[in-house]
Amino acid sequence: MYDSPRVAENKVATQDIKIAANNVQVYYGDTHAIKDVNVDIEDKTVTAFIGPSGCGKSTFLRCLNRMNDTIDICRVEGDILLEGEDIYDKSVDPVQLRAKVGMVFQKPNPFPKSIYDNIAYGPRIHGLARNKADLDEIVEKSLRRGAIWDEVKDRLHAPGTGLSGGQQQRLCIARAVATEPEVLLMDEPCSALDPIATAQVEELIDELRSNYSVVIVTHSMQQAARVSQKTAFFHLGNLVEYDETSKIFTNPEDPRTESYITGRIG
Amino acid sequence: MTDATLNAPGAKPKKTSLKTITERTKRRNASERRFKAYGIGAILIGIFFLVVLAVSIVNNGAPAFTRTVLDIELTLTQDQVDEAEGELFKTKAYEQLFIASLQGQLEESGLEVTFDPAALERIVGKTGSTIREHFKANPGDIGQPVTFELAASSRVDGYFNGRVNRETLQDSRFLQLSDLDLVDALADSGIIHGSINWNFIQGADSGVDNPGGAGIGASVVGSFFMMLVVLALSLPIGIAASIYLEEFAPQNRFTDLIEVNISNLAAVPSIVFGILGLAVFIQFMHLPQSAPVVGGLVLTLMTLPTIIISTRASLKAVPPSIRDAALGVGASKMQAVFHHVLPLAMPGILTGTIIGLAQALGETAPLLLIGMVGFVARGYPDGFVAGFTEPNSAMPAQIYTWAARADVSFYEKAWGGIIILLAFLLTMNIIAIILRRRFERRW
Repeated sequence: MYDSPRVAENKVATQDIKIAANNVQVYYGDTHAIKDVNVDIEDKTVTAFIGPSGCGKSTFLRCLNRMNDTIDICRVEGDILLEGEDIYDKSVDPVQLRAKVGMVFQKPNPFPKSIYDNIAYGPRIHGLARNKADLDEIVEKSLRRGAIWDEVKDRLHAPGTGLSGGQQQRLCIARAVATEPEVLLMDEPCSALDPIATAQVEELIDELRSNYSVVIVTHSMQQAARVSQKTAFFHLGNLVEYDETSKIFTNPEDPRTESYITGRIG
Repeated sequence: MTDATLNAPGAKPKKTSLKTITERTKRRNASERRFKAYGIGAILIGIFFLVVLAVSIVNNGAPAFTRTVLDIELTLTQDQVDEAEGELFKTKAYEQLFIASLQGQLEESGLEVTFDPAALERIVGKTGSTIREHFKANPGDIGQPVTFELAASSRVDGYFNGRVNRETLQDSRFLQLSDLDLVDALADSGIIHGSINWNFIQGADSGVDNPGGAGIGASVVGSFFMMLVVLALSLPIGIAASIYLEEFAPQNRFTDLIEVNISNLAAVPSIVFGILGLAVFIQFMHLPQSAPVVGGLVLTLMTLPTIIISTRASLKAVPPSIRDAALGVGASKMQAVFHHVLPLAMPGILTGTIIGLAQALGETAPLLLIGMVGFVARGYPDGFVAGFTEPNSAMPAQIYTWAARADVSFYEKAWGGIIILLAFLLTMNIIAIILRRRFERRW
C-alpha cells in the first residue's frame, strides 16, 4: 500500500561534504556485511538511510562514529573521512570522535539518573562547562533544542527514566546535542514512538538541520521523504542508490530502489 | 483430536460450547493443580526443616548462655587474712574461712548440713585461691563484706539444665551422687542459682576440664579480623578482575581458559585451599601460624571465584543500551563502566559479596589446616595490628573444637557458638540488605 510521499521541498543548503566514505567494507567475522560503500554526507543536511531489515544501514551508521569498535568480531576496511580526516586512523581516539559525532539510538536509553544529569553528563566529561551556571545554561539550551524544555523544566531532578517514551527519546536527542557535536547519527529514532511523538521528533530533526549534519536510519519511507534532503538506499549490504530525496522517491534510477519504495521488496 | 484431523481439508471443526470443558483442558488444569501442590509441598518441607533446625539450635544452645553460680557474702578481718597468710597451705586456710561463712549463711536460712570440703570442691572448684587472689588484688576490701559469685562446676550446671540427674549420675571425681543433696540444699536456700553467662559471650576458650569457663568471645574477634582481611582483599580484586574480564578483555582462547578456570575454582573443595594456604603462606612465606591474616588470605582465595562470578553476572545484566548511551555521548570505556554500569550492577555485586563472605565466615576445613584453632586461654589481641597477627581461633573452628571434646557440657557450648555464628551472619545479611536498598534508590 504505497502512498505517494510528501517530498521535502527543502533545497540542500550547502554542498560542503562533512563525511566522505570511500570503499567501505565491513565484516562481522566471515560475513561481509557492507560491500564497497561510497557516500558523501553533506553538512547541514538530513541524510536518510533506507532499506530492508538486515541490509546494513545501521551497521554503516555505527561505522561513522566507530560504535562498531565495541563489537569484537567487527572489522572495517576502507576510508571514512570526517572533514578530510580519516576517523579510522590509528592516531584517532574514538572517544574524541564520538564527542564530535553524536548518536541517538533506536530505543530511548536515558541514564537512570535525573533529567538534569542526563544532559549534563556529556558536557561534564568533556569539560564544556566551567561552573554550575554554565552547566545550567547548557542543560536549558539543550533541552530547548530537544523540544522538551517546557515539559520538564519543573522537574529537572526527577529521574529521566520516568518520562514517556517520546519524551525519553527527545531527552536522548537533547543529551546528544549537549556535547555540541558536528554530526548527529540517528538509528531509527522513532521506531518506538507513537505518531504524535514521531511528529515532534521529526520537527526537531528539521530544526537540527540548521546546525548539524544529521544522518537518520529509518524503516519508514514516509519519514525519510518527510525529513531528509538526501536519501541512500541500501540493499543486501550494497549502497544501491544515493541521491536527492525527491529524485529517489519520484524517479529512482535503479529498479531495486523502485521495487522497495513501491513495496515490492523488503 | 489431533492437529492432523483438525486441519484435514474438508473436515469441519466440531463446534463446542465454551461452557463445556474439554477432556484436554481438564487434563491441563489437573496437571497445573498437581504442580502447584508439589510446589506448596516443597515449601512446607523446607519450612518444617527450618523450624526443626531453629528449635533444636535454640534448645541445645540456650544453656550455654546461662550458668549456675554460688553466691557467698564474705567478710574477712585483717587478723583473719594475716593468720591465713601465715599458714603453710594458704589457699586451704582461705577455703576454711569460706566454708565457715557458707555454713553461717546456711544456718541463717534454717538448714543444717555437714560439709565435706572435697564435696564443695567438686561443686564450685577450688574456692580458696579465688578468694585469696581477690583480697591480694583489692586490699581495701578487707574488713568489708564482699559478695563472691563463684561458677559452679559443669556437672552441677548440667544437673540444673536436666543434662545430669540422679538416675544417670555415676560417682566420679567430678561429682558424686551424695553431693547432689548439698547442691539441693544450697539451691533451696538461694545460694546456688542460675545467671546469665557473660563469660560465654565475651571470654576465651578454657581447658578441656573446665567447660564452664569456655567463651566464644576471642574467636568472634578472630573471625572478625579474618573477615576484614577477606573483605579488604577479595572485594577490590574480585571487582577489578570481573570488570576487566567482562568489559575490557578481548574474547580469545586465553580469556576463555581463565573463565573456565574461575568457574572450576568456585567448585574446588575448601580443604584444597587450606592445604594451599599451609604450603604457600606458612611454609613458604613464613607468615605467623594460626593468625587471622593467614586465615583471611586463604578464605580470600576461596571467596574470589564466588565474587567474580556474581559480579560478572550482574555486570552482564546491565542493559547494553546504557553502555551505548554513555559511549554515544563520548564517554571513554572506563567512564561508561564506572559512571553508569557499575552503579547499576552494585546491588548484585553486593549480594554476591555477602554470599561469599558468609561462606567464608562459616568455613572450617581450611582453618583447621592452617592451624586457626589456636587455643586462646584468656584475653584479647593486644591492639589492632595484633588482631591480625596473633594466634587466634575462628568461630566455626572453635565450635568444631568444642564438639570434639570429651566433656559433654562442651556440646552445649558448641550449640551456643552456633547461635552466635548465626547472629553474626544475620547481622551481615541485614547490613547487605540495607546497602542494597541504598544503592537501588540512588538516582
